[in-house]
Amino acid sequence: MSVLVYTESEEGQFKKTAFEVASYAKGVADMLGTEVTAISFNAQSAGDLGKYGVSKVLKVNDEKLQKFNAKAYADAIKQAAEKEGSKVIVVSQSANAKYLAPLLAVQLEAGYASNVVALPEGTDPLQVKRTAFTNKAFNFTKLSTDVKIIGLSKNAFGLKENQTDATEEDFSPSLSEGDFAINVVSVDKAADKVTIADAEIVVSGGRGLKGPENWGMVEDLAETLGAATACSKPVSDMGWRPHSEHVGQTGKPVAANLYIAIGISGAIQHLAGVSASKTKVVINNDPEAPFFKAADYGVVGDAFEIVPKLTEKLKEFKAGNS
Amino acid sequence: MHAQYFSSVFMYLRNPFIIFIYKILRYMKILVCISHVPDTTSKINFSEGDTKFDTAGVQFVINPNDEFGLTRAMWFKEKQGATVDVVNVGGTETEPTLRKALAIGADSAIRVNTPATDGIYVAKQIAKVAQDGGYDLIIAGRESIDYNGGMVPGMVAGLIGANFVNTCIGLEVEGNEATAIREIDGGKETLKTNLPLVIGTQKGIVQESDLRIPNMRGIMQARKKPLNVVEPVDTATHSEAVKFEKPKPKGDIKLVDADNLDELINLLHNEAKVI
Ligand SMILES: Cc1cc2nc3c(=O)[nH]c(=O)nc-3n(C[C@H](O)[C@H](O)[C@H](O)COP(=O)(O)OP(=O)(O)OC[C@H]3O[C@@H](n4cnc5c(N)ncnc54)[C@H](O)[C@@H]3O)c2cc1C
Repeated sequence: MSVLVYTESEEGQFKKTAFEVASYAKGVADMLGTEVTAISFNAQSAGDLGKYGVSKVLKVNDEKLQKFNAKAYADAIKQAAEKEGSKVIVVSQSANAKYLAPLLAVQLEAGYASNVVALPEGTDPLQVKRTAFTNKAFNFTKLSTDVKIIGLSKNAFGLKENQTDATEEDFSPSLSEGDFAINVVSVDKAADKVTIADAEIVVSGGRGLKGPENWGMVEDLAETLGAATACSKPVSDMGWRPHSEHVGQTGKPVAANLYIAIGISGAIQHLAGVSASKTKVVINNDPEAPFFKAADYGVVGDAFEIVPKLTEKLKEFKAGNS
Repeated sequence: MHAQYFSSVFMYLRNPFIIFIYKILRYMKILVCISHVPDTTSKINFSEGDTKFDTAGVQFVINPNDEFGLTRAMWFKEKQGATVDVVNVGGTETEPTLRKALAIGADSAIRVNTPATDGIYVAKQIAKVAQDGGYDLIIAGRESIDYNGGMVPGMVAGLIGANFVNTCIGLEVEGNEATAIREIDGGKETLKTNLPLVIGTQKGIVQESDLRIPNMRGIMQARKKPLNVVEPVDTATHSEAVKFEKPKPKGDIKLVDADNLDELINLLHNEAKVI
């Protein structure tokens, strides 16, 4: 009956989202009067999962599952849910989790609520609050199925410590040939860069920066803050920056702790995609730019002067604070 | 003589090698799922005690993610031969959106005549259409920008037992083989798989500048293209959107002087506690 949580790892190490979904699952388990079971893939140990309320870790160790494979992972999670008799399954909203959740929902005939931002309002029936209309609204969704899948938005619930003794158990799901009908030929991923999905801080540039040659100062600021870089849609459409940096309603969503918008006007489609960020800072020379209505802090002025200065000051601040 | 001739032609057609060639040469059948959504600039309001999306004054468009996919489908049609059908699950109000897809170049449209109640319900309708039509490739947006469910493409794949690639930003098909590029967090990966295939797609599969604005000829032709209305299969929903809420209005912004950036750092550190 335990709440099952899919805990993501990379090269054997749990990602922060794993602890976030575990924290949330613990909250749900408390409401249901049960415990949390995690399923991990090729992670060495239970790591810190116990710290966030996990009582049991089902460890899948399989060479064939080294690379993420939505169908096979979904199949394994399904078997774990059946073994544990889990009625609620919690996953993150990473690209991988969003990929496997609908497949899992079909396999388990489970209702699936994506982009969930808070603990259920009630468990019988299970009702959750989620974002809709790309953050322009919230929507309360009731799941009527026996088994339910909750996709928890990044940074919505946070980490909650709840020291628990996590027991570890090897788990070998039986996977079929059909689970491996898609093969990864190559992966192209910058190993040393913070991704928009994982970043606590995102520094984003818009058309106000005039051209790709001016992105050095954006990158410096991002590096100083340990942040990911992002951009508005026209910037990626013009090829100044890669499409993978395009954020907004039709690009990637941003749910960072801090979002810094430089030379971005704040069009409705841009704001929709970044508004889940906790704190927003805008730097723009036009005091009438709509972004000033949507941000927490603002500096009116020329980005070309402000950004390098801010970076210098942040370096001093970091040096003084460490 | 004639009988002999026919029987040898018949034998010839049943030869496995010929069937194999025929399959390779056969036009790919593509189905593109079209979600009918409020234009991205729409003000989002609710009616009936915040239980319904208020469509008053709202312009509806093809879901942007679907439009990228539709454009990729047109390229398949033009470059290597394919038929492209579009499908929407919805009431008569979605027909102008389907007509727009026809004006862009789809061959025919199917409307499953029922409100799009929830993800699984829509997926089951599309799965039925997909199975009846024997499609090789089903293209859907990675999510629709209204409810942002992000589940229909994967569910369709799961229901019909097709392969599935989500956040697909590149796709090539040769014969029965597909090479797809999937956007992952922080990069991308290249995948190989077979048809039948379902993709959940987005910008990147084609670029913004590749999108097509229907011209007069396209619009005229679209009026004559078939738009078939089919009745839904009877199936249960799994979820229900019971009410909506708008985010709380944002508090006032704190402006910091450009000459006083220390204050900004102070606020971010001590007040917002984000650095
Ligand atoms: C269907 C659709 C979907 C869309 N989806 C997205 C999306 O997902 N994401 C997105 O970003 N956009 C999206 N857009 C585009 C959106 O409407 C805006 O056009 C876009 O966000 C504007 O980008 P920008 O702010 O970089 O450029 P602009 O609007 O041109 O703004 C540039 C800003 O820079 C400021 N500036 C200029 N010089 C300086 C300087 N020296 N110092 C400081 N500031 C300066 C200007 O005052 C201005 O405010 C979408 C549009 C449509 C129609």
